[in-house]
Parts: sequence; C-alpha cells; structure tokens
Amino acid sequence: MRKIILGISAFYHDSAATLIIDGRIVAAAQEERFTRIKQDASFPAQAIKYVLSEAGISFDELTAVAFYDKPLLKFERLLETYHAFVPRGWRSFITAMPVWMKEKVFMKKMLRRQFRTLGATVKVPLYFPEHHLSHAASAFYPSPFESAAILTVDGVGEWATTTICYGANNDIKILRELRFPHSPGLLYAAFTYFLGFKVNSGEYKLMGLSPYGLPDAPQTVAFREKILATLVDIRNDGSILLNMDYFEFATGLKMTATPLWEALFGFPRREPESAITQEHMNLALAIQQVTEEIVVALARTAKEITGSHHLVMAGGVALNCVANHKIKAAGIFKDIWIQPAAGDAGGALGAAYAAYHIGMEQARIFFPGEDGMQGAFLGPAYGDADIRKLQARYGAVAVHQPDFDVLTQEVSEHLANGKVVGWYHGRMEFGPRALGNRSILADPRQAAMQQQLNAKIKFRESFRPFAPVVLAEDAHHYFNDATASPYMLFTTTLKEALRTNTAADTTASIYERLHQQRAAIPAVIHLDYSARVQTVHHTLHPKLWQLINCFKKLTGCSVLINTSFNVRGEPVVNTPEDAWLAFMRTEMDYLVMSNYIFDRRRQPVLPPELFKSFERD
Amino acid sequence: MEFLHELLYFLRTRKKFWLLPLIIVLLLLASLVALTSASALAPFIYAIF
Repeated sequence: MRKIILGISAFYHDSAATLIIDGRIVAAAQEERFTRIKQDASFPAQAIKYVLSEAGISFDELTAVAFYDKPLLKFERLLETYHAFVPRGWRSFITAMPVWMKEKVFMKKMLRRQFRTLGATVKVPLYFPEHHLSHAASAFYPSPFESAAILTVDGVGEWATTTICYGANNDIKILRELRFPHSPGLLYAAFTYFLGFKVNSGEYKLMGLSPYGLPDAPQTVAFREKILATLVDIRNDGSILLNMDYFEFATGLKMTATPLWEALFGFPRREPESAITQEHMNLALAIQQVTEEIVVALARTAKEITGSHHLVMAGGVALNCVANHKIKAAGIFKDIWIQPAAGDAGGALGAAYAAYHIGMEQARIFFPGEDGMQGAFLGPAYGDADIRKLQARYGAVAVHQPDFDVLTQEVSEHLANGKVVGWYHGRMEFGPRALGNRSILADPRQAAMQQQLNAKIKFRESFRPFAPVVLAEDAHHYFNDATASPYMLFTTTLKEALRTNTAADTTASIYERLHQQRAAIPAVIHLDYSARVQTVHHTLHPKLWQLINCFKKLTGCSVLINTSFNVRGEPVVNTPEDAWLAFMRTEMDYLVMSNYIFDRRRQPVLPPELFKSFERD
Repeated sequence: MEFLHELLYFLRTRKKFWLLPLIIVLLLLASLVALTSASALAPFIYAIF
C-alpha cells in the first residue's frame, strides 16, 4: 500500500505544503504564490489543495500529515524565556500569549478543523517532527549522498538555533545543538534590522551590501573587533554566545537594544529606505565576515564529529550563498549540497520526509549523484487552455509559435537586441529562487541592463547585481568555480580574463560603483567580481538550456540574466494570468508563455483597477 | 481531554511540572476571555485587573 505524506509549514512565515508518495516528492508549493501575499504565514489551504490535486487524491487518502515543528516545545521556550527575563518582556508577553492560548497551543485541534474544510472526514495520523529535524530531513533525504554531515542554521525553531546531525540510510541523528537565544540567524537578523532592512526578508540585501564594505579600512576592522568583543563570543567549534544586553528579540518587539548599538558603532540605526553610506557598507561587511567565521567553524566541527566527506545544509542561513562559498572554498568536504528551499517553506518537505523515514521507518530511495528535488520544479503547471482563457478574458494578443526551435531563435534575437523577456514554462519553482520557469531574462553584456531592469521592471533602485544563468558546460569559460550550481546557492568569481581590472572608485556613490564597467558581463557581476551563478543542465532544464544555447550561437555568450518574475513586493508569479498582469504592470518587452509570444506593443490597455500595488519588501 | 492528556505527558517527559501553574493560569484567563467576549459575564474580567 502506498504511503502518502502531506507536509505542512505554517503560522510563522512562508507557509507551504508538500506531498511525498513512497519517498518521492510529487508536489510542493508556497502559499504566497496562490494568495499573492508575500511570505504568507496563514494555513496553506490553497497549497494543500494544489498538492493533493497534483496527485489526484482526496484528503482522506493520506497516510499521515506532518507539521514542521513541535508547538508545545516552542511554547515551553516562550514561557521559560519570559520567566527568565521577567519583568522585561511583559509587553511582548501580552502580545504573544492571546494568539498562543487561543490557537497555537491547540495546534492539533486547529489543524484538524482546517483539514475538515479541505474535505477530511477521517482522523489522519499527525506527526510533529522538531523544527531543526525538519530542516535536517529536507537537506539529507533528497540529497545525492548516501550518508552526510548535516548542518542546519536559522533564527530559532523550538529551542534549537543550530544543529549538527549525521544522516545515513533512512536515519538522522542529532549530534550537537545550539540553543536559543544564542543564534547565528538572529545575530544576522539583528544587523539586518539595525541597517534598516526588513527582518526575515531583507537578509539577502545585507549580504548583497557587504561587498561594498572596504575590507582593509580601519572602520571595518574596528566594527569586526567590536562585534567579536561585545556582541558575540565565537567558540572554536562554531558555537556562539550572544551578549543579551545588546539584543531585545527575546523579550521585546524589536531585534536590538538600539541605543547600545548606536553607542557601540558610533552611528544611528539606518532608517528604512534612507541613504546608504560607507559606514553601513563596512558594518555589513563586518557582520558577513563574522557569520562566515561561524559557519565555517560549524562545518569544521561537523566534519570532525561525523567524519563524513559530504555536507548537506538547510535553514535560513544556508541561503547565504557568500558564506556557502566560503565553506566550499575551505575544502572541508568533498561535496556540499544545499536544500534549495532552505527556509521555513522547505520545513514542510522535511517534516513529510521525517514522518516517512523516521516515523514510519521506511527505506530511503537514493540515486547516487542525483538529487531528489527535480530541479525544484515541484509547483503547478498550467496548459495552453489557461493561456487562451487569459487571452479571452483580457483581450491579450499573442502569436502561437508551435516550433520551439523557431521560438528560441526569435527570443534570442530579442534578447540580443537588448529586450527584456518574461519566460514562463512548466512547473513553478519551490523555494525562494526563480530558476527559469518563472523568470525574467535579459542580456548581461549590456552595461545599462542592471539599471534598466530595476527601473522598468522591478521598480526599485538596487545596489545588487542580478544573477547569471549559464550553460553548465560553459561555466568554466566565465567563472572560477564551474561546479554544478543548479539552485543558485553558491557564489563564485568571474574569470580574471573577463575583468577589465579597473580599480573600483570607492568614493563614488553605491549605485555609481555598481555601474562602473568592470567586466564583460557587467549586469551580473558584483563589485568584488562575485556572482550568484545558476548552471543550466540539458537533462534537468531542456527549454532554458535550448534558449541559452541559441543565444550563444547568435552572440557567442552563454550567459543570461535571470531574475524572478515579479515586481517589487509581489510573490513570484504562479498562473498565466499572474504572469500577464505582471508583464503589463512593467515595461517588459516580451512575454513567452509555453509556445505563445506576447509583444508589449500589441497588448490592450490595462484597466487602472488591475494595477494592484504590493507592499514594498 | 486529548489536549490535557498530551500536555501532562509533555510536562512529564520534559520534567517541566513547574510550568503547570503558569499554564493553568493562562488557560483560565483565556477561557474567561473567551466566555466573556459576548456575554453578561463581561464585567468580571475587569474586576480581576
């Protein structure tokens, strides 16, 4: 009899649902893609409906449901934390308790009530694996390794903030655990807050800001020393102790004891959206260096206590691709694999895996050298009928090109002519990155393209370059580390021959610095010549591979810009309608959905009420 | 009943019985708030504070 497990993450941030049948992932999707609310934390009703429909089953056919953490254990942590800090934290206590006493403590009951609205008539067994076990399971079970050291690092789960585990066959053993409030993720989030970015979503901006810091500047060195002397004590094994006098996340409604931070670093907290100055950049670099020091030390400890040649990672900090590169460059492990949905959405997948392999003691399906994520293309796909329905509804005009060779030739020419193309094919990606099925593509050789894309498509002025997507077999022509990177989770550096070797003008503004022409593919190269590369493999991603190959034949360049198909503050598009509306709200030149090509110049005028605005991220 | 059973099992397993009085008070307060949210008992909750 088949074992069908539904995994759920919900109620904190980025809720999601996944379905695995006999150990194989059938579908996975984040709720935000359906509700169009970024990082939606609500019960993932629509995502669940979708994953069940993908398998063609009803709720009652499920063998079990797995929720990605243990609510009572989290409640214990909250109560003990308030008790430890009392009377500090009363305001946070008053804010948090009603939600807990009304809903979260009775999680089982609440989940069952929600299941009934989805058609459940029988009580399906419920599993509650620990938060970090869910992360560890999401990293190990779909990895291409038979056994591996597992490192999970995030803000906090129940008590754990970091774990080192060992996975072999169908089992995972937790070997070391770092506990709240001492958290590398919350340390990074505190700096995200202090530097004026949004906690839980702006961390990647902080990472993108760090290359603007001046590594040898006395201020950067002093910042680093202050962090290590005052805020965090890093031990040899990578564990940390935070000086809680400087942090308010345990008891307050904000991350930092801001007056103390201002006195420590000598400048006020940066207001969101205000100008970014060199001291902000230097501090971003300092905390990035400290974070790298922590994760590399953790990786060394994982190697030491497991003896494994392979490392797998998950948890929000595993999305820090600069730090991931540092672990890789340290040469501690032969190979590293990171769960592409490393954040809490991926916890849904891990919970389902943990229930199946650990709870039900089922054997692991394992294909050496091949991961089980199917390119992370685990979301819904929509057919030509949906595209035609959209055309009929809005009067959208498209040319149907049945020959894909002709289509890629035409799109390549548009790209080479500096046009921006929305590229929408097949199943939606699971996780935070658009990997080529819901992407906006452009030519990276054109110096103005970074500015153009930001101004016309994303409606922002960004100090970060876009990510390059490159044919896997050609990656070595462009980048120093050309190993497979299908999920955009590692940075590498541009080959020296492709650099113009112009020294960066450190006195110029942040945007002027980024726009200095210093590389052959400037739109995707950061100030320090780093790039967050996605390699495209013919077997995994044949359509995008064919397009880039066609672009290569035309231009000699096998790299494109790949940025997520959305506008600022909007989740990545899901349906053809989402895609067409996003296309119409921007100044994108072409939209290619399946075999349909939409030319901006031929579209009808969009009624003003459809210009939905999204909260800025 | 299922919740109470699980809560006691949890506290025993975690050896955290000292949390029980706090949880009981919170549960009582929560029940009181729920009960008085739309009833004639509403004035009593103000008397507590």
